[in-house]
Amino acid sequence: MHSDRAPLTLKLAAAGGLLFLHLPILLIFVYAFTTEEKSFAWPPPGLTLKWFAVTWHRPDVWEALALSVRVAAISTVLALILGTLCAAAVSRTRFFGRETISLLVILPIALPGVVTGIALRSAFSLADVPFSTWTIVLGHATFCVVIVYNNAVARFRRTSGSLIEASMDLGANMFQTLRHVIMPNMATALVVGGMLAFALSFDEVIVTTFTAGQQQTLPIWMLEELVRPRERPVTNVVAMVVALVTMLPILGAYYLTRGTDQVAGQGK
Amino acid sequence: MIAARSESIGTRLSDMLWRRPAVLLVLLLLPPVLWLGIIYLGSLFALLLQSFFSIDHFTGLINYRFTLSTYAELFTPANFDIILRTVTMAACCTLASAVIAFPIAYYAARYARGKWRAVFYLGIMMPLWSSYLVKIYAWKLILAKEGILTWALEGLRLNWLLEAYLSLPVVGGNSLSVSTTGTFIVFVYVWMPFMILPIQAALERVPGSMLEASGDLGARPAQTFRHVLFPLALPGIVAGSIFTFSLTLGDYIIPQIIGTSRLFIGQAVYQHQGIAGNIPLAAAFAVVPIVIMGLYLWGAKRMGAFDAL
Repeated sequence: MHSDRAPLTLKLAAAGGLLFLHLPILLIFVYAFTTEEKSFAWPPPGLTLKWFAVTWHRPDVWEALALSVRVAAISTVLALILGTLCAAAVSRTRFFGRETISLLVILPIALPGVVTGIALRSAFSLADVPFSTWTIVLGHATFCVVIVYNNAVARFRRTSGSLIEASMDLGANMFQTLRHVIMPNMATALVVGGMLAFALSFDEVIVTTFTAGQQQTLPIWMLEELVRPRERPVTNVVAMVVALVTMLPILGAYYLTRGTDQVAGQGK
Repeated sequence: MIAARSESIGTRLSDMLWRRPAVLLVLLLLPPVLWLGIIYLGSLFALLLQSFFSIDHFTGLINYRFTLSTYAELFTPANFDIILRTVTMAACCTLASAVIAFPIAYYAARYARGKWRAVFYLGIMMPLWSSYLVKIYAWKLILAKEGILTWALEGLRLNWLLEAYLSLPVVGGNSLSVSTTGTFIVFVYVWMPFMILPIQAALERVPGSMLEASGDLGARPAQTFRHVLFPLALPGIVAGSIFTFSLTLGDYIIPQIIGTSRLFIGQAVYQHQGIAGNIPLAAAFAVVPIVIMGLYLWGAKRMGAFDAL
């Protein structure tokens, strides 16, 4: 009949659902400019840019940001290496225990974050490992592997095996094939996986509270402010900046994979 | 000369690996399996081990002897309440997420074409990937007593309705930001996007002609939904519910920021390991979501939910 026209109720329900998802985030952008200091009063009594300058001169915000970027960068590199290797093994060959390997990779995000967190914490306590940047990285890299893995596996599946055989028939050895045939094919998938892994690590707070000790990543800094607010306007500005920054990777992922059948960012 | 020589080493190595794919496979798998096996499984094992220890309540030190007494503590009324409350909350959130996510997923799968496909894709992905804490913070702004919700209800002359609702037991409280309802709203908001994509994937496999056939055979839209669309979407809904259920089960930050002082499993884990230093009890609490999710995944697998992932 009229299968290409959606019923009105469905349209309203879908639009309502999407508005429910987006309006709260937009609110963050208004609050960053409010002149109100002590409460969350709406509507904002006035608008100002003052808090951006105040935030800019806060060393604790910069330190937390630096730590977050450092942790996310190291974790992303580790996840890229481990995830790509694992994806190459799983998608190229069938072997005993293949399903177990995929399960092992997915497990860190399938189980609640608090389980991963307390597990690492109790391992550190049993093994007497002192908290440091590296204990944070250990946790982050572990759950970032799956993001890279998912993207790489999808791309490996679409890269035809005959392409690789052709390259080797024409006299290229395995490393030349890797350099000139496999890598150019994988590049965008790895960039997307890397960006999303970075975003995941940059924003992670649940596991980090268990592995950070006294150090503050940006999410931990924000959590402190949410539990014990000190200067609300600064929190507002940081929240807006974080909201903007975390949108970039998914926009980039969309831009790089549009036109393919791959849906980036599916498995968070 | 050196270049030619190193290339021949490369070629020889590559020939060797080509003839022995098992060696290549082991080389590929070794780093990730070692990492995940030692760091992740090792930690899970340490967690399991800790849960069989106990704490000496007088000295506050951990007693490294095998015992089941820590698990027995889970069944004291206060602790069992925490587990029950968390599971109920996770179930309610999963249900509400499915109801809100379904129309979005259905529209995206069946009607969104061309430009609208991109709009829906980004419309679903951006909230999914935007910062977790920022999302919680946004709701703190909305639900605060002086916030936008109260303002809007006052504008509509409906604030008596909110007052009446807040005076209800269990779900009510002083203001929405310190009530169980507030916790529920934020849980649904934060985890609902995880439900949309699996449902959408399941619905995209339903041919439009099947729904038309159902209508042609005389089914009203509600009947088509009940007997054709819903059963076909169910594996997707179950797949999505794995995420919403598991994530709600283990979250301890949302109820800490928005909600009452009554604890959830995640908070119990955090408090026992932190302030109390009772890692064994924290570990035993953490085993609860693992067991529940294990049962849940087993059930979901039997319903064929993994094909929709």
